[in-house]
Amino acid sequence: MLTYTLKRFSLAVLVALTVSFVTFMLLRFSGDPAAALAGVNATPREIEFVRVKYGLDRPVVIQYAAWAKRALQGDFGESNYFNQPVESIIGGRLGVTMTLGGCALGFAVLLAVPMGVLAAVRPNTWIDRVALTVSVIGQAMPSFFFGLILIIVFGVMLRWLPVSGSSSWRHFVLPSIALGYYATPAIMRLTRSGMLEVLASDYIRTAKAKGLRSGSVLFKHALRNAIIPVVSLLAVQFGFMLGGSLVIETIFAINGVGFLGYESIARADLPMVQAIVLLVSMFYVVLTFLADLFNAFLDPRIRVG
Amino acid sequence: MTALLEVEGLHVDIALAAGLLKAVRDVSFSVDRGRTLALVGESGCGKSLTALAVMDLLPPRAQRRAETLRFEGLDLRKARTRRMADLRGNKIAMIFQEPMTSLNPCYTIGNQLEEALLRHRNVPRKEARDRAVFLLEKVGITAAASRLRQYPHQLSGGLRQRVMIAMGLMCGPAMIIADEPTTALDVTIQAQILSLLASLQKEFQMGLLLITHDLGIVARVADRVNVMYCGQVVESGEVAQIFDNPLHPYTQGLLGCIPVPGKTRPGEYLGSIPGVVPTPIGDLKGCAFRNRCAFLSSACEAEDLALRQISAGRAYRCLLSPETCAQNLRGRAK
Amino acid sequence: MSEPAAGHIQEVEFPSPGEILRRRTLSHKGFMIGAGVLSFLFLVALLAPVLAPHDPYRQDLGNRLVAPIWHETGTWEHPLGTDNLGRDYLSRLMYGARISLLIGVSAMIISGLIGVTLGIVAGYFGGRVDMIVSFLITTRLSMPVVLVALAVVALIGGSLNVIILVLGLLIWDRFAVVMRSSTQQIRSIDYVSAAKAIGCSTPRILFTEVMPNILNNLIVVATLEIAHAVLLEAALSFLGMGVQPPLPSWGLMVSEGKEFMLFSPWIIMIPGFVLSLLVLSINLMGDGIRDITAPEGRS
Repeated sequence: MLTYTLKRFSLAVLVALTVSFVTFMLLRFSGDPAAALAGVNATPREIEFVRVKYGLDRPVVIQYAAWAKRALQGDFGESNYFNQPVESIIGGRLGVTMTLGGCALGFAVLLAVPMGVLAAVRPNTWIDRVALTVSVIGQAMPSFFFGLILIIVFGVMLRWLPVSGSSSWRHFVLPSIALGYYATPAIMRLTRSGMLEVLASDYIRTAKAKGLRSGSVLFKHALRNAIIPVVSLLAVQFGFMLGGSLVIETIFAINGVGFLGYESIARADLPMVQAIVLLVSMFYVVLTFLADLFNAFLDPRIRVG
Repeated sequence: MTALLEVEGLHVDIALAAGLLKAVRDVSFSVDRGRTLALVGESGCGKSLTALAVMDLLPPRAQRRAETLRFEGLDLRKARTRRMADLRGNKIAMIFQEPMTSLNPCYTIGNQLEEALLRHRNVPRKEARDRAVFLLEKVGITAAASRLRQYPHQLSGGLRQRVMIAMGLMCGPAMIIADEPTTALDVTIQAQILSLLASLQKEFQMGLLLITHDLGIVARVADRVNVMYCGQVVESGEVAQIFDNPLHPYTQGLLGCIPVPGKTRPGEYLGSIPGVVPTPIGDLKGCAFRNRCAFLSSACEAEDLALRQISAGRAYRCLLSPETCAQNLRGRAK
Repeated sequence: MSEPAAGHIQEVEFPSPGEILRRRTLSHKGFMIGAGVLSFLFLVALLAPVLAPHDPYRQDLGNRLVAPIWHETGTWEHPLGTDNLGRDYLSRLMYGARISLLIGVSAMIISGLIGVTLGIVAGYFGGRVDMIVSFLITTRLSMPVVLVALAVVALIGGSLNVIILVLGLLIWDRFAVVMRSSTQQIRSIDYVSAAKAIGCSTPRILFTEVMPNILNNLIVVATLEIAHAVLLEAALSFLGMGVQPPLPSWGLMVSEGKEFMLFSPWIIMIPGFVLSLLVLSINLMGDGIRDITAPEGRS
């Protein structure tokens, strides 16, 4: 168990390093960061000055090594825009994004799992078809479009919920729906196929032969088994939500890490962008690791014997 | 002695794309308390579906109908879902073929055993646990108390099948249906499980419906036999009658396939039945066995053959007279 | 020696594989609808210069925010209305189809080349190579695609080539994963060993057994990745870091119309709807291909 954890941890570190390296290279080579920093109206001399000041004249690999060394010590540099350490600014916004991601995931699960179970219990009936149709349509709409529709319908026409900002729990409702519905089809389909497979298995037949009531068969026996791969999917989806919350946060003016990333890109605040990318990727790796652990917890065949 | 289970005219039809598959056709039998009835036949003859039909556990596309389907006097055809669920695991228990996959991998043995009792009886959990331990020991599992905390994947196939048997007994059923209970097990374990079933049956005076393709098992355990072919019962009788004087050409062929210690000479060819089982889709007239029968006549394809009753509990489904059948049997032995 | 007796058993006729495929394809409603809509959109994109009633770039400031034909104020002159610069929406929509499909297909091809190569190499060689490729896939999966794409495009500039290239370099993971597992499966599958056992040569095995199975999965993934690329481009353009104005990208049209959406909701509904329609038809087609070519997966 310990070696397994260590292996996964070193994998996480390696992934983080690679991601940060790739991002670093991409950003450096995508344009002239010194020119971006100096501003649109800067003269060549001003750009040169900026270049030397920020050490952008050194070989790229050296620049990365320097960044990485500081990063490992927890120093992600200073934001060009805020003139404060990057970590403090990100830290303030992280909670908001995590909350948004959590609510979105919760919404997706509450919607998708019951639909998937229902569709599996009544396959090829109208219920199944409705569920599949909803899921197919859900995957087709771009998230920004869906977000805007929600704003128009619930924010403006019906005036039920606020559409901008992140100060109260009400502010999180529409963004959570907009962010979460995109994960719904995948979760629903996996639940449905998992349930279909499990319901055809021998131990379900045994459960029925024992005379167990259908609720017990469905939830205690079937869902318990079918939900195991769904948990891994949930972890992955949560990771995607943290990375993909950018669009939703921008539309709903949620003060999270995604919105910060967008603003930083617009402001060419590269240290911030670099740090955010690293953060999101670390989260993803940790989440998949936790998902594996949880998997072992759920499935006795993995953990015992 | 009134029968525990009475089945008459049972049909199971399955709707397929190619047509209506008549998987079980006009099957009748009865199981008595304390006695064992074996349903014998090769794969696909409809014996498993017959058992599932009794328990109302048929797959969704299968439909059953019967003239009589009575358990302890209760008409099962009219029984509602809840009533059937109350019977299953309680009065009628079923044991299946694949012990490796018949237990839920996520729950302990103890949990699944206790659940079988707690579902039907309002007793404290401790009592359920005690009964589980008692039955595990009865089926020959040592260290029963600690086994309760184990998970299915920690047990071997033979042990799991014993657990299945114990699980079937939790509520003290009047009848057990065992569908190929030993097919997936090693030969040595097979013998143990069979002995176990036989002794438990005697001890608790249960009716046993045994489904198998293995005539050897039938000889050891059964009191009565129904031979099935292509969805129909082609011969029925007491075990001794079937083995000493098989009437239907199919039964004769089956018995000819088995080596008999003492009778079969070394180097002698074992019998085989040429041809394959037809698929019972569409218009079915005449004898289902005729394209494999050595004693075919033109009359065999015209009529709808009915079971011919020779004496009480002895019947077969063939146009040949019993004397001709006996003659054929002697002819085979040469 | 034993022939089935006449009238007793219904002979079940089995049609040829080609016939089965044709029948399944035509009866799969999802596939037919998806393929139909997609073909329509494709034709519109192709023939846009001929079909479009107006020049999509021509501004007509006297005719700004004209409503579509289903409003009382709509006219047939501009069946789908005009945007805030007076440009005909129908024409912009048609030209927008060209952009979406161009970017979608091109990005899919690039990512496909990368992903398929990586996947097949990993699945075939296994061992160390597989470890490296799996690591690359994990790394790519952990990167926030939208953020990175945004950053790169923001720095380099939003030309079509850049967008296609960036997207292509970022969405190859599904190709790699599917190709890797397909290749692994094929290597160890029974019918390959069986083919070897009866003396089939390796090229023959590859062609008759391996390729058809990999090809099915590949086509399905390729289809779905086009949709993925289309959605990504739309998101990038919506955020202003994608296709640059005055090009009529649908995502950009939604973004440009955002400030007027409360009074003229159709200005975002129309491009949003068409976007959804395109992605929907692609997904339906992809799912349909998956169902048709792998019937064992169906319930």
